[in-house]
Amino acid sequence: MATKTGYSKEFIKGLWDENPVLRMLLGLCPALAVTNSAINGFSMGLAVVFTLVLSSTIISLARNIIPKEVRIPTFIIVIATFVTIADKMLAAYVPDISKALGPFVPLIVVNCIILGRQEAFASKNPVGRSIIDALGMSVGFTITLTILGAIRELLGVGTIFAVQIMPQSFEPWMVMVLQPGAFLTLGLMIGISNWLNARRAK
Amino acid sequence: MANLVIIFLSAVIVNNYVLVNFLGICPFVGVSKKLGPAISMGMATTFVMTLTAAVAWLINRYILEGLNLQFLQTVSFILVIASLVQLVEMFIKKVSKPLYDALGIFLPLITTNCAILGIALFLVLKEYNFIESIIFGFSAGVGFTLAIVIMAGIREELELADVPEYFKGAPITMIVAGCLALAFMGFSGLI
Repeated sequence: MATKTGYSKEFIKGLWDENPVLRMLLGLCPALAVTNSAINGFSMGLAVVFTLVLSSTIISLARNIIPKEVRIPTFIIVIATFVTIADKMLAAYVPDISKALGPFVPLIVVNCIILGRQEAFASKNPVGRSIIDALGMSVGFTITLTILGAIRELLGVGTIFAVQIMPQSFEPWMVMVLQPGAFLTLGLMIGISNWLNARRAK
Repeated sequence: MANLVIIFLSAVIVNNYVLVNFLGICPFVGVSKKLGPAISMGMATTFVMTLTAAVAWLINRYILEGLNLQFLQTVSFILVIASLVQLVEMFIKKVSKPLYDALGIFLPLITTNCAILGIALFLVLKEYNFIESIIFGFSAGVGFTLAIVIMAGIREELELADVPEYFKGAPITMIVAGCLALAFMGFSGLI
């Protein structure tokens, strides 16, 4: 039982307490750039789930044979390999989304969340825990990006996942799907999450 | 020549790297508290970006395209950038101590700056030639410097402002960046 709660704690911390975007301010570039619609944010999240879980698995399995001095380059090569796979898969199966995400898929390589988890967690923990940790972090990332994308899409064009939500009379706030909307929405989300956290701590 | 001027203006103002393309947000939020470090960071980034653009173009043209290995783009670019930054750091340390003191601590940080890898990926995407790539790298760096310096200037004033407690730090920075992005949108018809 003890291990089970350990595992679920490992998973849940990524969703809120150590949420990569809202609490740790990591991976902000993709969070801002690709969230002009819920589906784009969600796909970006999935690409990160794929990359993070697989790289954590490999790094955790190889953690005892990687020399300390060259660990960062090793991590980067492993991550870059999986990012390339994810990039090519997106381009092959969902070309529209691949086009919308553009260079931000290869840019997952330099996403601090992924390298950060390898350095802070996968290179020090057994494979089971590392996978759970990677899942928690990347699912937390996906949820945040999807919410961010949904808010911007709802206010910017009146839809969520391309389903009309707002009444016809609603005048879309174009600016929300453009660049300023990304900064404003994310700023408000981080502020609100700070507030919720402070309230919970009381 | 006119072509190069357009690339420059476009990368600095119209498609500003930070505010329009969302690259290099981490240092933009992290190092924009004070004006001094922000300027150093901008200079270091511009320097590395220009160099990266040149090297990435050569690698792409003569190694990746030459051997039909484009799928290795991401892997090779990131490795080259990481080692390039290390090399530059050692070189500057040896040659100019004052410059090293000014840029030193920022150089390793730049490796994981997505703006640098972004430069390499964009110049392949846009099919620039060698000279255009170098100009593009340099002007993207200038654009980054412009954004981070403006931001640092605003944040120094923001210290004195009465910001709601939960919005101090990152949230207010994001919101201010949103306003800046809004202002930069005004340039979008320029080119």
